[in-house]
This record gives sequence, structure tokens and C-alpha cells, in this order.
Amino acid sequence: MNQEKAADGQGKTPKIRLRGVKKSFGDNHVLRGIDLDIGEGESIVVIGGSGTGKSVLLKCILGLLRPDEGLIEVDGEDVSRLRGKDLERMRRKFGMLFQNAALFDSLPVWENVAFGLIEGDRMNKKEAHKIALQKLAAVGLDEEVAGLFPAELSGGMKKRVGLARAIATNPEIVFFDEPTTGLDPIMGDVINDLIVQIVHDLGASALSITHDMASARKIAHRITMLYQGRLIWSGTVAEIDTTDNAYVKQFIHGHAEGPIAMPVLRP
Amino acid sequence: MGFIQLIGRTFLAFLAAVGRLAIFTGVALSHCVRPPFYGRNLLRQMVEIGYYSLPVVGLTAIFTGMVLTLQTHTGFARFQAESVIPQVVVVSITRELGPVLAGLMVAGRIGAAMAAEIGTMRVTEQIDALTTLATNPFKYLIAPRLVAGVICLPILVLIADIIGVFGGYLIGTYKLDFSAGAYLQNARAFLEPMDVISGLVKAAVFGFLIALMGCYHGYNSQGGAQGVGAATTNAVVSASILILSFNYVITELFFAR
Ligand SMILES: Nc1ncnc2c1ncn2[C@@H]1O[C@H](COP(=O)(O)OP(=O)(O)OP(=O)(O)O)[C@@H](O)[C@H]1O
Ligand SMILES: [Mg+2]
Repeated sequence: MNQEKAADGQGKTPKIRLRGVKKSFGDNHVLRGIDLDIGEGESIVVIGGSGTGKSVLLKCILGLLRPDEGLIEVDGEDVSRLRGKDLERMRRKFGMLFQNAALFDSLPVWENVAFGLIEGDRMNKKEAHKIALQKLAAVGLDEEVAGLFPAELSGGMKKRVGLARAIATNPEIVFFDEPTTGLDPIMGDVINDLIVQIVHDLGASALSITHDMASARKIAHRITMLYQGRLIWSGTVAEIDTTDNAYVKQFIHGHAEGPIAMPVLRP
Repeated sequence: MGFIQLIGRTFLAFLAAVGRLAIFTGVALSHCVRPPFYGRNLLRQMVEIGYYSLPVVGLTAIFTGMVLTLQTHTGFARFQAESVIPQVVVVSITRELGPVLAGLMVAGRIGAAMAAEIGTMRVTEQIDALTTLATNPFKYLIAPRLVAGVICLPILVLIADIIGVFGGYLIGTYKLDFSAGAYLQNARAFLEPMDVISGLVKAAVFGFLIALMGCYHGYNSQGGAQGVGAATTNAVVSASILILSFNYVITELFFAR
């Protein structure tokens, strides 16, 4: 993707600003001081090993987890100070795809997708149904699937429904937790294109997590790597191939040997 | 020293738990009275609690009425006081057995279902998803259940009262040689409105407690299937204990007047 758009975001207040965000679970210090700016219309991809705290980072920004320390601002507003209506107004700016989709299993697929429209935006059901079908079509699911319940879907289908739900209300900020995991390569690429299109057409800011480097290269303006609770590297897609940061190099090439030691026992 | 520490720690943990529950209850109640209201969810819970509990509550009531009549007869026949059996049965059912037994049955049925459903939603991040879709889980999930519990339990208990008395009537007339008219006459003559009303007040409180325990334990469940299992057990056990203890407290309050 071109870099001009990303550059637009600089200078103005960033859409999202994190300073020194820390989060621990008991002795497990997951986030140890995260600084991150996401500009308007910018798409950032966070890479990093399994269990390094990428999902926790997203949940902290959304206010689902309360960080122990640090500042999180959305459009210049300190999220931790928002209550009630203001908090809801802030949440309305977001669309989130959860790693495990987290679909409401008591509702059929289309109502899952239309949930934010019906309950949040108070749209009437008929209109919401129409939009839900459009969003489902955008992720390659047809009307037949719309009437099924989440329990009747495959893993990849759930993921796509989750994606459709995240973008249904045309949010200003979209978070995707591993959007292409569990999809075949072709559908994965369709989803990449969709994310690029959402960022490009709606001018949404995006924060995605992925292990899929092809996907990262395609959807990111900027890639940043989370390691041991800090963002240890950040750069453009072009820079990631030329960097001599040993951690990043090891990660993107997927070598077992390198500075990142996997705590596994070799027989 | 160790022993005293243990007592102190347990006591503090207990206080913390009570505090958490009190806060949860306060927040839940505040969402019951502030819009938006989710009417469709309320209706669904009322069907679930009220309508689908009818068979189990009805069966409990009819057998209780029947057994109660037989046992009362066993006792009262010893001093030739058979004529008061209908009154005793009716008062026992409306004041005590109707609300308590219906409450316990519904606690097993509904308290468990609520804890399991909300608990599963918690561990599969559906509650988080609800929050990110700008929908307050307290409003969407918990308030409708609490309101439905308070509305439905009195209705169920009223029906249980009628069925229970009918069970007593069956035994009284077919087995104990009461004439149909005399049984009903005796049953009605000594029944006071307060007997029924106190039972219905109890029922409303029990309905609240059942839904509260189901929601509280489900909402705070963690881990996976095991956590949900524990939440379900805790919901039923705590609801049952609360029903029995509040039953005493409410009886005492009504008794004092
Ligand atoms: N609710 C929680 N309670 C306790 N610990 C948690 C909780 N959520 C996450 N953790 C811990 O935080 C760490 C980071 O978890 P997280 O889910 O963010 O990993 P991740 O980077 O998203 O990994 P993956 O790529 O495998 O999804 C893990 O060590 C995990 O054990
Ligand atoms: Mg994750």
C-alpha cells in the first residue's frame, strides 16, 4: 500500500495514542511499557510471538482490560476517564474482530453481523438485514449462511462472520486479531484486499495482529514488533526487509535459531 | 498464630466477596431502571422462566399437596382434628411450601441455565464482544433476567398454590372421605389474604435471588468449561441457601405484624 496516506496522520493528534502502557497478570508482566501512535487512516500491523501479549494490547485499548499503568487516548480523550454515555460513544468508533470470533451463539449469523446496527445505531431490522447481507457478501458468505447459527459454521467461516460484524457499522477504527488465521490462502488474500479497501475507502484507522507475513505486507502502512512486553521495532513494509534488527529478521524468516529463544525442550 | 491468621484471611475474603456481590447488585439494579430496555430479551426470559418452568413447578406442587394432606391426616387423626386438615394444608402451601419448593425447583432449573449461558458467553469472549458493540452487558443480559425473575416467580407460585391445594383436594375427597363441598368450604373460610400475599412477596424475592446468583456467578466465571461448571454449581447452591435464609427473614417480618 502507498505510504502517503500514512504520512497524512503525522502532525495532527493521532487517532490512538499509547504511552507507557503496562499490564500484568500476577507475576506475568505481559505489557511492560508500550508507546504507540496510530494516525488517522493509518494501518498498523503488530507482529510478535505467540503469547507475547498482542491480544491483551488490543483489549487494553478497547477498555476490556484495565491497564495497570500508562495512558491510552482515542481522539485525544483519555479512555480511562470516560464513563457511561461518553464511554459508549467512544466504543462506537471501534469495530473489533476477536481472535476466536466470539460470535453470539444464540443469534443467527445475520443478526450477529447486524447487532451493532440494531442495538447500537437503533436501525430497523429490515434495513439492518440488508446491510448484514452486503457485509457477508463482502467476506464471501451468501444468504444461505446468513440464516445459520454460529455453531453450524466452520472455523474460517466464523472468522469471516466476525470480520463482517466488525465492519458492519463502518467504524472509524478497526481492530483485527488474526484476520486470516484459519483461512485458505485464496480467501486469506480476499480478506487482505477487503481490509485494504476498508482502510482506503472509509479512511478507517486499523490495528491488526497477524502471524501471516504476506498478509502483513499487504495490509500494513507500518509494522511493529512486540517482544517481551515492548514494541522493539517499528518501520514501514519496505524497511522490514532491509532491517538488521536480529529479532525482526528471525521472526519474518521464521528461523528457530536466533536471539528469540523458544522455551521448548528438545528431546 | 497461623490459625488466627487463617481465620482473619478467611473473614477478609468473605467480606470482599460480599462487597463484590453488593456492588454487582447495585450496578445491576441501576441498569434495571435506566433505558434503553431490551424488551425482546425480557420476553424471552419470561417465557424461559415462567412458561417452561410450569411443568416442573406444577408437578412439585401437586405431589406436595397430596403428601401434605396425607401426613397432616396422620398427625391430626390422633386427636380427632381431621376437620382442620384443609386449613392446615392451604396455609402451609400458600405461606411456605409453594414459594419455597417452587423457588428451589426454579433455582435448579433457571439459576443453573443462567450461570451456564452467561458463563459460556464470558469465557468465549461474547461478553467482551457485546461491550465492543456499544451494548452494556448489564442492560442486555442481566437486567432482563432479574426483572423476569421478579415478575415470573410470583405468577408461578400462584399457580403452584392452586395446583397444590387441588392435590390436597384430590386426596381429601378420594381417600379421606371429605365431601367435595366441605373440603373447599373449610379451605376457603380460614384463608386470609395475607397468607397468599406473604407467599407472593417471598416468591418475588426468591425470583430476584435466583436470577442474581445465576448472573453473578456466570458473569464472573473464568477459565473454560471447568469454570463454567463451577459457576453453575455455585449459582444453584448459593441461590438455594439464600432462598432458605431469606424465607426465614421474610416469615419473621410478616409474623411480627
Ligand atoms: N485474562 C487473562 N488472565 C491471565 N492471563 C492472561 C489473560 N489474558 C492473557 N493472559 C496472558 O497474557 C499473555 C499474552 O496473551 P495474549 O492472548 O495477548 O497473547 P497473544 O500475543 O495474542 O498470543 P497469540 O498470538 O497466541 O494469540 C499470555 O501469557 C497469557 O497467559
Ligand atoms: Mg492473540
